[in-house]
Formats: sequence, C-alpha cells, structure tokens
Amino acid sequence: MAQVLRAAGVGRMLSGEVPVTLVRDASLAIDAGEFVAVTGPSGSGKSSLLYLLGLLDRPTTGSVWLEGVDTSAFDEDALADARLRRLGFVFQSHFLLPEFTAIENVMLPMRRLGRLADDGIETRAMALLDRLGLDAQRDKLPSQMSGGQSQRVAVARALANDPAIVLADEPTGNLDTAASANVQGILRGLAHEHGRAVVVVTHDRDFAASADRRIVVVDGRIQDAGEAG
Amino acid sequence: MSGLGLAIAVRHLLARRRQSVVSLLGIVLGVGFFLSISALMQGSEDDFIARLIDNSPHITIQDKYRSPHRQPAEDAYAGGAVQVLRVKPETETRGIRGYQRVLAYLRSLPGVTASPVLDGQALVSFAGQDKAIALSGMIPAEIDRVSTIGKYMTAGRILDLAANPDGIVIGDQLAKDLSLQMGENLTVSATTGQTRTFKIVGLFHTGRANVDDGQAFVALKRVQALLGRANRVNSIIVKLSDPGAAQTLAARIEARIGYKSVSWQEASEDIMSLLLIRKVLMYAVVSAVLVVAAFGIYNVISTVVLEKQRDIAILKSMGFHARDILRLFLAQGAMLGAAGCAAGLPFGAALMVAITRISFRMPGSRDLTYMPVSWNWVQFAMAASFAMAAALLAAVIPARKAAQVDPVDVLRGGT
Repeated sequence: MAQVLRAAGVGRMLSGEVPVTLVRDASLAIDAGEFVAVTGPSGSGKSSLLYLLGLLDRPTTGSVWLEGVDTSAFDEDALADARLRRLGFVFQSHFLLPEFTAIENVMLPMRRLGRLADDGIETRAMALLDRLGLDAQRDKLPSQMSGGQSQRVAVARALANDPAIVLADEPTGNLDTAASANVQGILRGLAHEHGRAVVVVTHDRDFAASADRRIVVVDGRIQDAGEAG
Repeated sequence: MSGLGLAIAVRHLLARRRQSVVSLLGIVLGVGFFLSISALMQGSEDDFIARLIDNSPHITIQDKYRSPHRQPAEDAYAGGAVQVLRVKPETETRGIRGYQRVLAYLRSLPGVTASPVLDGQALVSFAGQDKAIALSGMIPAEIDRVSTIGKYMTAGRILDLAANPDGIVIGDQLAKDLSLQMGENLTVSATTGQTRTFKIVGLFHTGRANVDDGQAFVALKRVQALLGRANRVNSIIVKLSDPGAAQTLAARIEARIGYKSVSWQEASEDIMSLLLIRKVLMYAVVSAVLVVAAFGIYNVISTVVLEKQRDIAILKSMGFHARDILRLFLAQGAMLGAAGCAAGLPFGAALMVAITRISFRMPGSRDLTYMPVSWNWVQFAMAASFAMAAALLAAVIPARKAAQVDPVDVLRGGT
C-alpha cells in the first residue's frame, strides 16, 4: 500500500517560563487502507501527536510528510488547504455547528472547497448520510439527535471531501456501548473497505486491539509502533 | 466562501436573536437621528446661504485696490525708486473711474447683471429732528435686477424714483422715528454742505434694524450732485445667474479692471467659517449616536466569538483560512449595519417629514415659518456610510480575535 503519512523526528514543545514537551522525536509511517490505533496513558501526548499528524499544529522539530510532500515549509493557508482537501477529523465531542442541520454540517467542507456544484454537494452529503444510516436525520439539528447519531454525522462531515486520511481523537469516548461499536465499525470499514488511512486515538483496549497496528505513546515518546495484538 | 460565510453569519446572529435585535435597534435609531438632525442642520444652512445670496450682491466692485498700483517710476527705474511716506495727495474725487466702461465689460459677461451705486453719508432733517443715514444713489430701472429691496417695499415702488427724480425711498423705522409719512418732504444734507429736499415716494421694511432706520435710496444723479461727485460711482453691484461662480468670477473681474471685487463668499467669510464649525460640531454629535450604537454591535459579535470558539476551531480544522473566519465575523457587523441602514433610513426620512411639519410664527411676522430640511441624497449617503463604517469598525476587533483562535488550544480543552 502507498504511504500517505509520515512523521520524521517530530517533536512539539510549548515554550514558556517552564517549557513543556508534548511530543518527542516521533517517527512513524502510515499507509493507505491502514487502520492505526494510538494508545497510551492520559496526558501522554496522543492527541498532540494526532494534531501534528493532522497539520493542525506545527512541530518544533522534525517534519510531517503528507502523500510524499514535506509540509514543514507550508504557510498557514497551505496547511488549511491540505486539511480541507486530504484530511478529515473526528473528535471526542462531535463539534457539529449547532445552528446547522445534519446535512448542512456535512455540506460545509464541500461548500468551502467549492469543487462540486450545489446540487452535487447536496447529493454527495445525502449519500454519505445514507451510508452511515442517517437518512432520517438529514434535516435535524444536532440538539435533536442522539450522541451516536451526531458522532456519525461528524464522521460523514470528515469524509465530505473524500480525504486520504481520517484522524479521530477518542471518537467513541462519549458514546454508549452500542453507538461506540457502530462508530468503530464505520471507521474500520473506511480503512478496510474504502482504502483510507485511519488513525484513531483511543483509550478503549478492545477498539485498539481491533486495529491493524497499535502505536503506544508514553511521556510524549512512541514506545511501540508494532502490530496490533 | 462568501455565500457560505454569509450563511454562517446569519445563523450566528439568529442564534442570539434578542441581542442582535437590540443592537440593530441602536443602529436604526442612530441612522434615523443622524439623518434627521444632519438634514435639519444642512437645511437650515442651505436656507441661510440662500437668504444670504438673495439679499446680498453676488459680487461688489469697490472703488479701492487690494494692493496699491505699481507706479510708473518703479518700472522705469527698477531698484532706484524710494518710498516717501506721509505725503498727502491732492484732493481727489474718489470713485470708480470710467465706470461706464467697467459696466460695459461686466454686461458682456454671460449670466451677469450689474448696476452702479454711489453710497455716501448724509443727515436727514424733519421738524427739528436730525438723523444720520446711509444714502444710496442708484438707477431705479436697474436696481430691482441686482437687489431685493423691491420685495421689501411696504408703500410705493422703487421705480417711482424714475418718475420723480426728487423722490426718496426710506425705511419704515426711519419714517416712524421722524414722524414722516408717504408724500411728505424731508431735507437731506451731505457732508459737502449741499442740501436738498426730497419727497417720500416709498417705504420699505427689511426686518434689519440698521437698514430700516438708517438707509435711504435716491436716484443716482441726485446723489452725485449732492455729494459733489458728478459722473462717479463708488460701487457696482453684480448679480449672477450662478451665485456659486462668484468667487472665481470676482477674481477674474478684479484681474481685468484692477478694482477690488468682493464675492459674497469673501464678504461673508466669518459667517461661512461659523457654518463650517457648526457643521463639524453637528457631525461630531450625531456620529456619537452611531458610535454608541456600534458598541452594541461590538458586544454582540464579541459574545458570539466567545461562545463560538469551538465552532471556529472546527471550521479551521476543516480547512477554513484565518481570513475566512475574519470575513465571517466582519460579515456579521456588515449585516447588522446594512439592516440598520435599511430600517434606519426610512425611519430618518419619517422624522424629516415630521420636522418639516413643525411650524412657528417669527416675532413680528404674519406668516408661518417651517423648519427647513435638506432632502439631498448626500445626507442619506452620509448616514448610511457612517453607520456601515461604525458597524464594520465595531466588528473588526472581535473578528480579528476570532481569526487568531488556535484550534489546538480550543480542542485540547474543549471536550
């Protein structure tokens, strides 16, 4: 499989009176179609690593390569464009815009990209909601949906611009068992059936165990980047 | 992103409907008061200037020079001429030399009407009473074309001076002070010692006390004889079809004939300065209303920015640029400003209509006076521009803060 994401010696330090190191010398590579879980104790730097891989944050050392391109020279606009076109995010809280319906939330990234006409955007958003079993929720506001439904809308939104990589930060952390299993299945399917690279930060051992590979982060360092057990 | 940004901006404002409506009301009131007050002030200024232009000569050519003529000796012996002070010139009959030629030149200019006047001081006597007056000699058939004195006549006509060369037109207050009536004779003595008796053929009332009790009009020839200044006039009154061109034309006339030519703007420079200061003060006061209203917009948008930190972070994580976020919140200011103008301008126009209906009677006047309001589109454009500028400025600070939101900071603490 083609390598879509690579980190080489990536570190992130917060400057201040007492400098804090969030991530130290992290190197890893992720292929298309790979489902990777990032685990580790709370505060170990898992989310910080995810933000660096997702080009939301800039490393203080090392660099991140997206589909073979070194992003260290990218300015803020270029990083934003890369996120818009090639990356999709799912967070622990769904972070849907509360004033917009489910379908409008899914349409947002597509409207920002402007690659499709309005009709095409609506059709694709509807197709994504259908695929995630949300066709009945299309015109509902986030406040009118359950946590699981909202999180699935967030997944649909992450997939809106057909990203190569989906990054999820504790996507099942706020869900009940059934909803969690549902979202896990969707994310796994994205990697295995749709060929996307999926990187999930999770505390859920079973979820991590079901990944193709498990990366363990302790004190900001990658301790183990081996195969999932 | 424009359509998308507007859609998000609208939803943000609708989500805080009550606060948005209150800040919108502030702009509506601000625009309304800005428009009505500035239109009233501009209207009164226009009215004042119209009266000023109507009642004064547009250009007055005087029998003096702005700077002394260059002497021929100065040209003949450059650097050799010396200035000798305190030399009394030979007594000279003052006035505009060759005024007929000047008049012919003036009348050749398009849109120009001119008439000569000889002004002087005199003493009027009647029944043992004396009073100093300003005596104006003019051509009765022409004076109505360059002066508004005709419309202030309360008895007789200025033209009666043409039919009766020994006639005089005086102010009604002067007539009252000296217990004179139409048709009665009065004696006028000039500083030259000449005395002549005139018959009152007309009375006027301008409402200006110094004119009504101290001014008299007589045929030009009679005043020339009385003042011993045959064939002389000391001013030429000019009226223009375009009073706005007075300043330029006065300079042109002065350059051509040499005599000091004073436009109505120059003659009223102090009043024009006062009007300018009044206008600056007025705009400062009415703009303050909009500045207060702008604080309302600042408050709404700042609150939205604070409440929407997570939304801003997620939009940025999706790939929205910082400038998209900036525009999104500026759009909220612009929408509040535009909506404020849309409602505020008709509200202001309604206030203007209400103001024009206010009437009062000036002391001593039989006619009702109405408040003057300027319906010039410039007032509307200024009110809208000030409101939009205030709304956008109010949105700039919170919009910049929103654009600077670091999504990672929000996402780390935002679950």
